[in-house]
Amino acid sequence: MPTITLLILTFAAAFIALFMPIRYGNRFAFASSLVIFAYSVYLFITFPISPDYQNVVDYPWIESLGIHFKVGMDGISILMVMLTTFLTPLIIFSVRKSEPRPRAFYSLLLFMEMALIGVFVSMDGFMFYIFWEIALIPIYFICLLWGGKDRVKITLKFFIYTLTGSLFMLVGLIYLYLHTSGQHSFDIQSLYAAGKSLDAQHQCILFWFFFLAFGIKMPIFPLHTWQPDTYTEAPAQGTMMLSGIMLKMGIYGLIRWMIPMLPLGFSQNSQYAMWLAVIGVIYAGIIAFTQKDMKRLLAYSSISHVGLIAAGIFAFNAQGLQGSIIQMLSHGINVVGLFFVVDIIQSRTGTRDLGSLGGIRLKAPYLATVFAIIMLGAVALPLTDGFPGEFLLISGVFKFDNIMGAIAGLTIIIGAVYMLRAYQRSMLGETSTWTDSFSDITMAEKTVLIPIVIMVIVIGVCPNLFLRVSEPAIMKLLSGM
Amino acid sequence: MMQLAALIPFFPLAGFIIIGLLNKRMPKNMAAMFACAMLLISFGLSVSVFMNISGHATEIQLFSWINAGTFSASFNFLLDPLSSIFLLIITGVGFLIHIYSIGYMHDDEKHNIFFAYLNLFIFFMLVLVLGSSYLLMFVGWEGVGLSSYLLIGFWFKNNSYNNAAKKAFIMNRIGDLGFLLGIILLFITFGSSDYATIFPKAQGFMTGDSMITTITLLLFVGAIGKSAQIPLYTWLPDAMAGPTPVSALIHAATMVTAGIYMVARSGILYALAPVSMYVVALIGVVTAVFAATIALTQNDIKKVLAYSTVSQLGYMFLGLGVGAFSASVFHVMTHAFFKALLFLGAGSVIHGLGGEQDIRNMGGLRKKLPITFITFLLATLAISGIPPFSGFFSKDEILAHAFASNKIFWVLGVIGSMMTAFYMFRLLFLTFYGTYRGDEHKVHPHESPSSMTVPLIILAILSTIGGFVGVPESLGGTSQISKFLDPVFQPAQAKMMMIENSSSISEIALMGITVAVVLASILLAWYFYVSRKRVPSPEGTKLPVLTNLSYHKYYVDEIYNALITKPLDAISLFLKNIVDNKLIDGIVNATGKLTEWLSGLMRFVQTGNVDFYLLAMVIGMACIIFFKLM
Repeated sequence: MPTITLLILTFAAAFIALFMPIRYGNRFAFASSLVIFAYSVYLFITFPISPDYQNVVDYPWIESLGIHFKVGMDGISILMVMLTTFLTPLIIFSVRKSEPRPRAFYSLLLFMEMALIGVFVSMDGFMFYIFWEIALIPIYFICLLWGGKDRVKITLKFFIYTLTGSLFMLVGLIYLYLHTSGQHSFDIQSLYAAGKSLDAQHQCILFWFFFLAFGIKMPIFPLHTWQPDTYTEAPAQGTMMLSGIMLKMGIYGLIRWMIPMLPLGFSQNSQYAMWLAVIGVIYAGIIAFTQKDMKRLLAYSSISHVGLIAAGIFAFNAQGLQGSIIQMLSHGINVVGLFFVVDIIQSRTGTRDLGSLGGIRLKAPYLATVFAIIMLGAVALPLTDGFPGEFLLISGVFKFDNIMGAIAGLTIIIGAVYMLRAYQRSMLGETSTWTDSFSDITMAEKTVLIPIVIMVIVIGVCPNLFLRVSEPAIMKLLSGM
Repeated sequence: MMQLAALIPFFPLAGFIIIGLLNKRMPKNMAAMFACAMLLISFGLSVSVFMNISGHATEIQLFSWINAGTFSASFNFLLDPLSSIFLLIITGVGFLIHIYSIGYMHDDEKHNIFFAYLNLFIFFMLVLVLGSSYLLMFVGWEGVGLSSYLLIGFWFKNNSYNNAAKKAFIMNRIGDLGFLLGIILLFITFGSSDYATIFPKAQGFMTGDSMITTITLLLFVGAIGKSAQIPLYTWLPDAMAGPTPVSALIHAATMVTAGIYMVARSGILYALAPVSMYVVALIGVVTAVFAATIALTQNDIKKVLAYSTVSQLGYMFLGLGVGAFSASVFHVMTHAFFKALLFLGAGSVIHGLGGEQDIRNMGGLRKKLPITFITFLLATLAISGIPPFSGFFSKDEILAHAFASNKIFWVLGVIGSMMTAFYMFRLLFLTFYGTYRGDEHKVHPHESPSSMTVPLIILAILSTIGGFVGVPESLGGTSQISKFLDPVFQPAQAKMMMIENSSSISEIALMGITVAVVLASILLAWYFYVSRKRVPSPEGTKLPVLTNLSYHKYYVDEIYNALITKPLDAISLFLKNIVDNKLIDGIVNATGKLTEWLSGLMRFVQTGNVDFYLLAMVIGMACIIFFKLM
């Protein structure tokens, strides 16, 4: 029941937010997302360390087609839900008062939260697909209505890109559905069984179908060209939603659906997919070297980080998979913090161009400190949240293949290069005409950034708090092969 | 008692957090006192650890850090003679430098943050030497890198300082990748990165085992980065951009010796990998000589000391590479004393001259800064290896082992010593002898306050007598330090085919040669810079080829820039503008265009003419029937 409560709460909040008087809109959206967070914390604390799904609910939905409304959470899902419910209030609170049409904006953000939670708790292939697509609707409108000047063209590109991916997934799901035994069913276990019953050749073809869908969402090289444009043009909150939470749908999809459904296809193709992921780590990292727009720089850095997470999954060992889980959390937290810092800079100076910035630390030491701590998380300094994940991921990839591990390891150098450069160009040096009258962060901005900074340290010092929750599910996944 | 030792790093950490959070709300004196007090407590605990240390290691468990599958890493500390010596150096010299900073940084507007950063550095440095596993060493290792980054770029308005800080961080990261891969291989080979698991298991491996060789070489890559050896040394001279106490503490006495600590700690692994040992010794001795040749012509007082540090670190690696582990640790200790003293002395000179760092504008400061002069002289004697100053005993022990293992290493080492004495006395003479060459109307050279001179005096005493803990048997001593460290290095020594030490007669002869050569080069420096009153030529004069090469540091920075930085930027732009925008997006757009074109074709079929549809239907049916019949 708790899983459904979570979905209903979020949906109700999204619905009510649409009709809230504008004055209370912000407070209502923030408060309701906090309630949802509090509820998920409660679920997290009481969550047993077990490989099985908890809080499963199973209602028949379209009985004749074998479609059920089946939701539940295992250790992986609960962490993803936690990430979603932790970040959403922060993203909502980061909305500026001057934003036009605030009611619709808050409502869409909450609506998106619901869809994302839905993706992470679905135990029915059809429902998973529905939530997967529903999540696209709010972000489409957020980008289209609140985005930058090129928004129409770029949102269209983004939309077509992801829809193409989804189409392949739909075909894959229906194919598997038609191979379920007895009366056809979209139930997760039936789909697993159906996939496993296929021969290697068919599994391989289906592997690439799903790879397209999930790979575009994350995105994996070379399916990434929608991402830098979209991240740059979307409003700050849209970018945070996309990079902080939405791309985890793709990674989650790999772990939850693709690997267990198509074990043979996976094991035969993982090395090719691994190459793409590792190339992406280096490729996007090097591109980030020379980016001048801070948002675009972070967009490429995100491709690089996600590439490493994907590589850890394709390595398919305990370190790689656990590393990918913990890194999904840290990446989400860091990237939301970093995009918010950029939003703060842009709202004060009107520019994100590194060539025009500089000296902000002189004017805003608080912001500079917070930015520094989140940046250290992003470059994986030990005792910050980036390290446990990156270390486990590189170990996992190295175990899979020494050469690829060493290449993926270059990320610790490349990441430092572009991050320190961005930090120096924006925060250090003398002030410019753009940053002359920069004011330090407000109480409201601190409210968003301080929880992020705390999590950067908490995950860095006690990653076991989270690793132990997903461990049984990961071990089950590994032994299922 | 030993359990209390776990608290040692956490006092400076508390100092960092409290001073950092309160920052400007804390009065200046209080912040400085607080930072010093935190360190004094750590020092007190370190002394009591040192007193109570026994041969076998004590492990203190704190908490379990990262677990994933069979992989598990804990946050535990390890106390043994090796870590206890480093504890003493870090907290002891660190404390003196904290005191010195009270005077040196007194008028800086970011005074409190400076002390917070210093405390943070000490915390990470202590974690580095106390950690009971390679992974924890890595935590401290990266943490000191961060502190170093923060302190090099302390005056962040100046972008060339920021660039120096960034360069230090990135070069260290290059080394760190090697270290990290080494740790991963240790996990794969031994199932853990704990010393307590690895070292006993390692004894079962054959000498020359390829896995051990790979691991030790990877670890050494990390050491090359952190301890500024060829080819990753160029960050250290640039790191002099930081405030001088930072140069003394981080870039001379402690952090840069982390690489030596690491190799010494892994003694048993290196003992099993003769190839790695050879590489360590070779890189060490080549760096020692190479850096010394650059130091010969530098005119910035801190740059000379920086290259001297690179060179001395080279000696320590030479020692490690020829199996003289305890001699290297001994040299870490004496070097910490005299090099910290030299930097602090240089800081006192810079302070007294209102920021001047160019030795061409100094001279004759002997009378005006008497305490600084005397202490600087003692340190110079110590680094040059004049008996009975501390540097003599430690360097001599390294050279004696080098002689026993490879005569060429010894010859290079002696040549390096000769140059060391020359550039150090050149520095001393140009700074303190002759007449003042600066503008006396603008600058009034003066001695520093006692908060700065007292640390100088204490370090001068240590630099003078610090060597007596390691007087070799050939000179009638008992080598206490190597006896103290013996429990740590014994397994490694046992694995190595130790060449019997040459007789004490020839050992004394070797010492005699070194000392004679060193004295000769001091005389030469005296002849040039005191008798002939030579002063290095001003900027822009044409220099002889070799001098020019040395003065421009062999253009290594320029070469790196042209070979690595520039091409990478070009590749970055190429990937973005050509591959991403043209190639990949081109394909994506082509797919879009193809769809449009196909739909255009389809449109021709949709004519709206019923006759045409009928015709198409008939043809279609004919085809189906035709194919069915086939």
